[in-house]
Amino acid sequence: MKYLQTMLVMLTVVLLNTIALADVPGPNIPKANAEKCVEPTQEMRVNHMEYILHQRDDTVHEGIRTKQHSFKNCISCHAVYDENNQAVNFKDERHFCSSCHTYAAVKIDCFECHASTPSKQSVRTMSLSKDDMKKAHETRSEK
Amino acid sequence: MSKTETAETNGISRRKFLGTGIASAATVSLAPGVSFINLAHAQPKPAGQKVDDSKRWGMLIDTNKCAKGCDACVKGCNDEHNLNVGDEDLSRPEQQSQWIRKVDLRDKLTGHESSLPLMCVHCEHPPCVDVCPTGASFKREDGIVLVDKHICIGCRYCMMACPYKARSFIHEELTMQSENAPRGKGTVESCTLCVHRVDDPNNANPITACAEACNKEGHEAIIFGDIKDSNSEINKALKKYSTSAIREDLKLNPGVRYRGI
Repeated sequence: MKYLQTMLVMLTVVLLNTIALADVPGPNIPKANAEKCVEPTQEMRVNHMEYILHQRDDTVHEGIRTKQHSFKNCISCHAVYDENNQAVNFKDERHFCSSCHTYAAVKIDCFECHASTPSKQSVRTMSLSKDDMKKAHETRSEK
Repeated sequence: MSKTETAETNGISRRKFLGTGIASAATVSLAPGVSFINLAHAQPKPAGQKVDDSKRWGMLIDTNKCAKGCDACVKGCNDEHNLNVGDEDLSRPEQQSQWIRKVDLRDKLTGHESSLPLMCVHCEHPPCVDVCPTGASFKREDGIVLVDKHICIGCRYCMMACPYKARSFIHEELTMQSENAPRGKGTVESCTLCVHRVDDPNNANPITACAEACNKEGHEAIIFGDIKDSNSEINKALKKYSTSAIREDLKLNPGVRYRGI
C-alpha cells in the first residue's frame, strides 16, 4: 500500500513538471524605449486603462496635459520600429498594444480615433533620440 | 454690447489690474531690477493646471487683408490636423471635413466683394452645447468650444443647431490621424482653435495653424490671442477698431470676430 502511495505522488510530480515545462504560448510584449514605466509594470498591466481614462477626461475638458499619464507619451515610449526604422501601427502584431490585446482577444477602441504611432516631433521631445531608442530596443529584444 | 457684457469686461479688467499691481509690487520688493514690462507678458499655462476663465481665446479676422482665391488658412488647418487624407476621399466633397472654409461675399447694392474664412466662432452661448443630448459638445472654461469624441454618439443635432454651419461629421474609417487631433468615424468635429497649441506649456504666445499659414503668405489677416489679456495684440486691435460678429442678432457673443464686413 505504501509503495503504491509513493508511486502515485511521484507520478503526480512528474505530470505537473511536464505541464509546467510545456510550451504555453504567451504574448510577445516588446520592451519600451525608456528605463522604466510611469507606474510599476504590474500596476500598469492590470490598470493601464484606468490611468488613460482618467487622464482623458482631464485633458479634453480641463486642458491638463501632464506627460506622466498622457496617451501621446505612452505611444511615443512604447513605439516599435520595423526593419525600415518606421514605427509600426496597431494593425501590426508587433505593435506594443496589439501584441497583448491580440493574445487576450480584447478589442482596442482607442485607435479608431487616436494615432497609434508617434510623430517625429514627439519622438524628438523624448529624452532619447530615435536611434538611441532603436538601439536600446534591439539590445533588449536580444536579451 | 449688452449691459451684462460691459459689466463683465469691467470686472475682469479691474481684477486683472489689481492682480498685476500686486505682482509688480511683490517683484519690485524682491528684485528691483525686474521691469513692469516683463511682468506684463503672458505666461503659458503649466501642463498640470486646469484652464480657467481668466482667459478667453479668440480671433480677429480682417477681411480687407484676406485675399480672394487664397486658401492658405484652409491648407494650414488641413495639414495641422491631417484632415481629408486617406479614405476620406471616399466621402463626397460636401461631406468632407471643413474646420475652416473660405467664403466670398458680394454686396448686391454696391458690388463690393470680400473674401473671408469661416469656421467655428467659439460662442459664449453655443447652441451646439445646448442641444447636445450626451454632453459631448461642451465649452471649455477659456471659451474654446469642443466635441468630446469619447462621448459623442454622432447624432448630428449640433450640426443642425449651429448657425455658422461650422461642424462636420466623419463618414469614413480613418487611419492617418495626427497625434494632436484624434478623430474617427461616427463623430462630429469642428475647429478646436488649435487647442493642442494653446495648451502647450512651452509656448507663451500660441498661434493657430490658420493664422500661422496666413502670416506666412504675408496677408496677416488673422490675429489669434487672449481677448481678456489687455496686453495681447487681439485685445488692442478690438479696442482700436470697429469689429463685428457674424449673426450678431443671435447674441451668441462669438470669440471669432471680423473687421471689414
